[in-house]
Amino acid sequence: MNLFDIIGPVMVGPSSSHTAGAVKIGYVARRLLGEKVVSADIGLYGSFLATGKGHGTDAALVAGILGMKMDDDNIPNSLKIAKEKGIKVRFGKADIKDAHPNSVEIKLVGENGRQLSIVGESVGGSLINIAKIDGLDANFSGDFPTLIVHNQDQPGHVAEVTGMLAEKSVNIATMQLYRANRGGNAVMVIECDQEVPEKYLEWLKNLDGVNKVTYYSLIEEGKNEF
Amino acid sequence: MSFKKLSEITAISEDKKIPFWQVILEDDMKERGVTREESMKTMGSMLDTITEADAKYDESIRSASGMAGGDGGKIETFRMKGNSLIDGFILEVIEKAVKMGESNACMKRIVAMPTAGSCGVIPAVLLTYIKHKNVERERIIEALYVAGGIGEVIATSASISGAEGGCQAEIGSAGAMAAGALAYLEGGGNEEIVHAAALTLKNMLGLTCDPVAGLVEVPCIKRNAAGAVNAVVYSQMAMAGVRSAIEPDEVIDSMNRIGRLLPSCLKETGQEGLAITKSAEKITERLSMSWQ
Repeated sequence: MNLFDIIGPVMVGPSSSHTAGAVKIGYVARRLLGEKVVSADIGLYGSFLATGKGHGTDAALVAGILGMKMDDDNIPNSLKIAKEKGIKVRFGKADIKDAHPNSVEIKLVGENGRQLSIVGESVGGSLINIAKIDGLDANFSGDFPTLIVHNQDQPGHVAEVTGMLAEKSVNIATMQLYRANRGGNAVMVIECDQEVPEKYLEWLKNLDGVNKVTYYSLIEEGKNEF
Repeated sequence: MSFKKLSEITAISEDKKIPFWQVILEDDMKERGVTREESMKTMGSMLDTITEADAKYDESIRSASGMAGGDGGKIETFRMKGNSLIDGFILEVIEKAVKMGESNACMKRIVAMPTAGSCGVIPAVLLTYIKHKNVERERIIEALYVAGGIGEVIATSASISGAEGGCQAEIGSAGAMAAGALAYLEGGGNEEIVHAAALTLKNMLGLTCDPVAGLVEVPCIKRNAAGAVNAVVYSQMAMAGVRSAIEPDEVIDSMNRIGRLLPSCLKETGQEGLAITKSAEKITERLSMSWQ
């Protein structure tokens, strides 16, 4: 927390958790997908489901998916904008259990067919946690450049990834490891102090035993898509 | 964010012979690794945003629930008629506080200071002050640092979240921050600033968070006016030389203990208080819309 978490943030109301945090979850999901969204399946849970309508959580999530930030004047118009863009948006009840009270499951399909599913939690103020990516645990805040590597659970992958980061002078802020089962699918979530160069992401994608590389960059993509 | 007590800020201020606001500025420069100009520019943009939000208030719009909107316009019309019991500064503070709270409920851009639910308190006091007094922009920005410093201490040693500490933590904290800022603008030093904050917070202790249908509307919006007026009342008392009998940092500690003792049914869960009245149930029922 810093001074401008107290005098700030600048946001579109009414709620830092149900509106501003929801925009951020949608935004991170869009950035993780890495391409224009053609359809979004949004499942709400807990307090998001119960009070989301009145808090504009629906508009906020879609605004984020369109690439808007939490202070964008257009947030209340996002559902209309999505419709005009031909983006299919469907809301429902999330099929998840024992999650944080402000949770949402977002399934996105991109223009090139890329798919992504996340579970996001709005944890207070406008802070968020991305709890799952494609069904595997993740847990990151969206406040750092974040590298997510899905790999086979076998020796050496952590060393390969961290070695690459060390070589490029990228400092690791936090690092988490999860696996579904021994020798099965595993995931590394690494929050970094610096951005990871694009060509090393490509290199990583081609490594044996690496199934998928997802990267969340703090560098703006430029203007919104609408 | 390094301050746990108001007395830490005033001690540095006295040691280094710099004003309260500058202690907060220098701490921000260190904390975020920014220059003085960068920090003050960011704070200036907060002032610009609240100024714009106030100017853009639209009395014709309503919130998604239909509960909020239009009251700020009513108060303005009433004030313009000139037949009110109170006039001038205070009535305009009330009007601006309600307007900002309504704008927030209607999905307009605001500054959470310290929270979205309490976003009307500090702007109401500062923007009315700008309108009625010949004051330089720089000084208002300095006053925002004063408010921020008080808010930091409360956030660190108690809470600024209604779900954690009840409404005392939101409107109460915003009131204390606004009171300190106003005392500074009126020429108060450290003593006046911390006592204005303490006196204001003392009078909001125990306030519950029991909003109707879980929305930041009822009673939040109108309570912004209470927080803002409280700030004016107690900063004036502090300027008159009145002091809190309880040390300011002890008032914040009390708020923290009271917040913990408040049952969770009164902390933003919608299970008690105003949220379960017949009137509230009717509204909640009307709002239970389908997501399909």
